[in-house]
Amino acid sequence: MRTVMATMALPGPLNRYLLLMAQEHLEFRLPEIKSLLSLFGGQFTTSQETYGKSPFWILNIPSEDIARNLMKRTVCAKSIFELWGHGKSPEELYGSLKNYPVEKMVPFLHSDSTYKIKIHTFNKTLTQEEKVKRIDALEFLPFEGKVNLKKPQHIFSILEDYGLDPNCIPENPHNIYFGRWVSSFLFHLSDSSLFLHGTVCCWRKGTVFCSTLYPTSVCFELRKASRKNQKWRGPDENIRANLRQYGLEKYYLDVLVSDASKPSWRKGAYFDAIITDPPYGIRESTRRTGSQKEVPKGIEKCPESHVPVSLSYHLSDMFSDLLNFAAETLLLGGRLVYWLPVYTPEYVILKNFIFNFIFSWCLTSTREGAAEGRKTGHLTTVPEFWVKMRSGLEIFRMQKNRDQYSHLLSDQFLPYQGHNSFREKYFSGVTKRIAKEEKSSQE
Amino acid sequence: MKLLTHNLLSSHVRGVGPRGFPLRLQATEVRINNVEFNPDFVARMIPKVEWEVLLEAADHLHLIEVPKGPIQGYEQDETFLRKMHHVLLEVEVLEGTLQCPESGRMFPISRGIPNMLLSSEETET
Repeated sequence: MRTVMATMALPGPLNRYLLLMAQEHLEFRLPEIKSLLSLFGGQFTTSQETYGKSPFWILNIPSEDIARNLMKRTVCAKSIFELWGHGKSPEELYGSLKNYPVEKMVPFLHSDSTYKIKIHTFNKTLTQEEKVKRIDALEFLPFEGKVNLKKPQHIFSILEDYGLDPNCIPENPHNIYFGRWVSSFLFHLSDSSLFLHGTVCCWRKGTVFCSTLYPTSVCFELRKASRKNQKWRGPDENIRANLRQYGLEKYYLDVLVSDASKPSWRKGAYFDAIITDPPYGIRESTRRTGSQKEVPKGIEKCPESHVPVSLSYHLSDMFSDLLNFAAETLLLGGRLVYWLPVYTPEYVILKNFIFNFIFSWCLTSTREGAAEGRKTGHLTTVPEFWVKMRSGLEIFRMQKNRDQYSHLLSDQFLPYQGHNSFREKYFSGVTKRIAKEEKSSQE
Repeated sequence: MKLLTHNLLSSHVRGVGPRGFPLRLQATEVRINNVEFNPDFVARMIPKVEWEVLLEAADHLHLIEVPKGPIQGYEQDETFLRKMHHVLLEVEVLEGTLQCPESGRMFPISRGIPNMLLSSEETET
């Protein structure tokens, strides 16, 4: 009893958890986990920042609730385990397990319970025989429950890390972990970019215009799919259906069709967050609505399914529209999250453009660690993010910090106008680059 | 389209400016959806509401028991918040039109989705 009281009087000791990360969106994993930990009351210590590309991360988390909450929101982590032991060899692992407090194990191993032990290997496949051998070697642990492979109450896992190089698989694992499974992720990575946005935004989600995972902000989906040969998204293809799939339909607010270059919103600040994935003209060329033909007078009254002809829409125009829109409609402290293509020289030009805009007006943004001195700046995590087509995208998070707002004057845009060659650059450059890379990899 | 959305939308037909708000709502099909009540969310929406616009839209849809304006201490008043929750989030216009009060331009609402697109002749240059 005395021990219990002493424990309660102190702040909870940090337990060690093993996070099994997905090997996608690598650069995004750290900001995501950081955001989520801070959201749920955990803290990311500097010693936790050194995992790089490995799928195995050890985190100190104050409580299992925080670990579970983390898994409810993450798209970058696959599973989380309460870490009981860790070593560079089986002997080290067993030594580490013997040092793990028995009183922490017993609640999960008593005779009324059922359990099973699973084996995860990374970068290697084990035979059934090898797996059984590893499980048998754990007999020194005080397992008293019954094995139940179908519906165990507790699942324990041995995780073996054979490094990252599929062409150089070591005989023995670099690291071995043993832990009690706590939770696995809810979302599938293929559906995840929206959720990634929402998390970086630190609270809420949705697509393209203002959204949430949490009920405290607004969720509007405003754009359409503009890919070639693709018509307007049908009602079942929209965010509402996506949210329904995840049991999150209650957070859905509304959807409308509009042109992002001509927002149809009244004056005022009412959005908590604007989350968007602007088209850069690679996968979807940038367009806005316009008309090339003379529209006969008199039919403009409610043209039922009028879909205007798209006009080309320069990247810099799009960003100025987006930033103006955000500056106007975001609440103070509200956030804007978007991707920016990293493709020089347009990247530099666009970034200068955005930063010029930001510091002139009311949105501020700084690169993490780079410009912390700026008074009004809010930290923005900017990992380089590579999508499948090898085009780099950075995710930007900006926060509205001032209430005064006026539109950027058109002459301030002048230095940036006409920079719409991202698409052309991309396609001319990428072919050469791939060829070059392939050549060098063969050498 | 929910009445909350109607409360935020404005016409952007060329030359209309701030007089494009509020859009005149005509509904031919309305559905009441059950939406999970979240008092915090509704309370946060209250200061953003343009009341006259909401009342007019609600009146047009023959909704009853619509609060006439924010009341003292509404954050804690569940009855009030529930009424607002219903009006703002549960009433959904499936078919109808939104009309620009200045230019008369009609924007269709189809399958619950307003289409605010304009042709280039109609927009600001």
